[in-house]
Amino acid sequence: MANRQSAPRKPMESELGQPEIPRNEAPPELLRELVAHLRQNRTHLREEWLRRIAETRLLTAMTKEEIFAEATSVYDSYVEALETGTFEALQAYARNLSERIIPRGVETHEVIGIVLLLRDVLARSLFAKYQADSEKLNRILDAYEPAANRIANTVAVGFVQERERVIRQQQEAIRELSTPVLQVRERLLILPIIGVIDPQRARQLTEQLLRGIRTNRAKVVVIDITGVAAMDVTVANHLVQTVEASRLLGATVIVTGLSPEIAQTLVTIGVDLGKMNTVGDLQGGIEQAERLLGYKVVPLSDSREAD
Amino acid sequence: MEVPILKQGEFLIATIQAALSDADLEHLRLALVQRVVRFRSRAVIVDVTAMDVMDSFASRTLREIALMIRLRGAETVIVGIQPEVAFAMVQLGLTLEGVGTALDLEEGLAFLNQKFKTIN
Repeated sequence: MANRQSAPRKPMESELGQPEIPRNEAPPELLRELVAHLRQNRTHLREEWLRRIAETRLLTAMTKEEIFAEATSVYDSYVEALETGTFEALQAYARNLSERIIPRGVETHEVIGIVLLLRDVLARSLFAKYQADSEKLNRILDAYEPAANRIANTVAVGFVQERERVIRQQQEAIRELSTPVLQVRERLLILPIIGVIDPQRARQLTEQLLRGIRTNRAKVVVIDITGVAAMDVTVANHLVQTVEASRLLGATVIVTGLSPEIAQTLVTIGVDLGKMNTVGDLQGGIEQAERLLGYKVVPLSDSREAD
Repeated sequence: MEVPILKQGEFLIATIQAALSDADLEHLRLALVQRVVRFRSRAVIVDVTAMDVMDSFASRTLREIALMIRLRGAETVIVGIQPEVAFAMVQLGLTLEGVGTALDLEEGLAFLNQKFKTIN
């Protein structure tokens, strides 16, 4: 073991994601030998890897053929990264791969799992090859392990980054979609709220509503919360704040679609709903709003008779 | 800076045109309470369109004005609160409870005319 420690080791941090490491701290001929070995046994090692993937039941969302194709590319990129010491190509491939497989429900642990499996398979083959010459085995492993760790790290980080990017994008999309302020009649706005209300969204909602009241010169606003599954103290207070802010602009707010569960919660937690004008459903809310605005909806036939 | 108070028929209209000091606000309160009886006005409209900030003192004074004017036998409507100001006010818990509000001067007048029409 003393032997291994005396050999040049890359510092820990460079194994864990520094963008550029000086390549080949290990003697280049060792790395070349390593790469040559991996190239020679490509078919065999790839088969072994695939067998292990199947064995551990990873990537169940993908077909055998797909796994084979991806595995071949990953294997070649892996060897190439070992050979050249540059990780850009691998990183790009990892990101590309993530983009393709994330929508199919591949999990983070699966991706990390298969990369670690490959690392394992290759390390075992090295053990097998250099069994006789333990000193050389040590030096080969010194060359192999930091690079392999870095590859695993690169792929995992690429996957997670891609995943986070997708999540951010979706959040953004939801946020944009989530707060339409619609005018249904002269001076009457409706604000249908669907989904979860967090403080940020509540704030945005209020701001958008206030702006809508001003631009449409609205007198009555119907906030429909049929699509809100649950409500806690914070959200309820936000709702009360929205109602009060609208009133400061001279608009009356009618809240509709409170589910029995939400009604129960609000009463239990004791939110002051005295200022809130509530009506059972959206239709009732709009009817009430029309009354406030002095509209009366009459069926066509009746109005013709009246003429 | 003094706030001009205009008499418009049965109403008094006070238009705040710039940020007010506490003393100005107190002066406005006194002036309105005095004039509402002197002119036998039925309502007072305070236009705050030009106010970019509404602190707790201003908000409390407006509310006091409304309550005092009610005791003097008239109505008060605060008009022209900006959306950002309204949002900041409710965050601070300043909700002008019991005070009439309207979008702008036009709306305020319409609101009062409607109200007195139904009473008459």
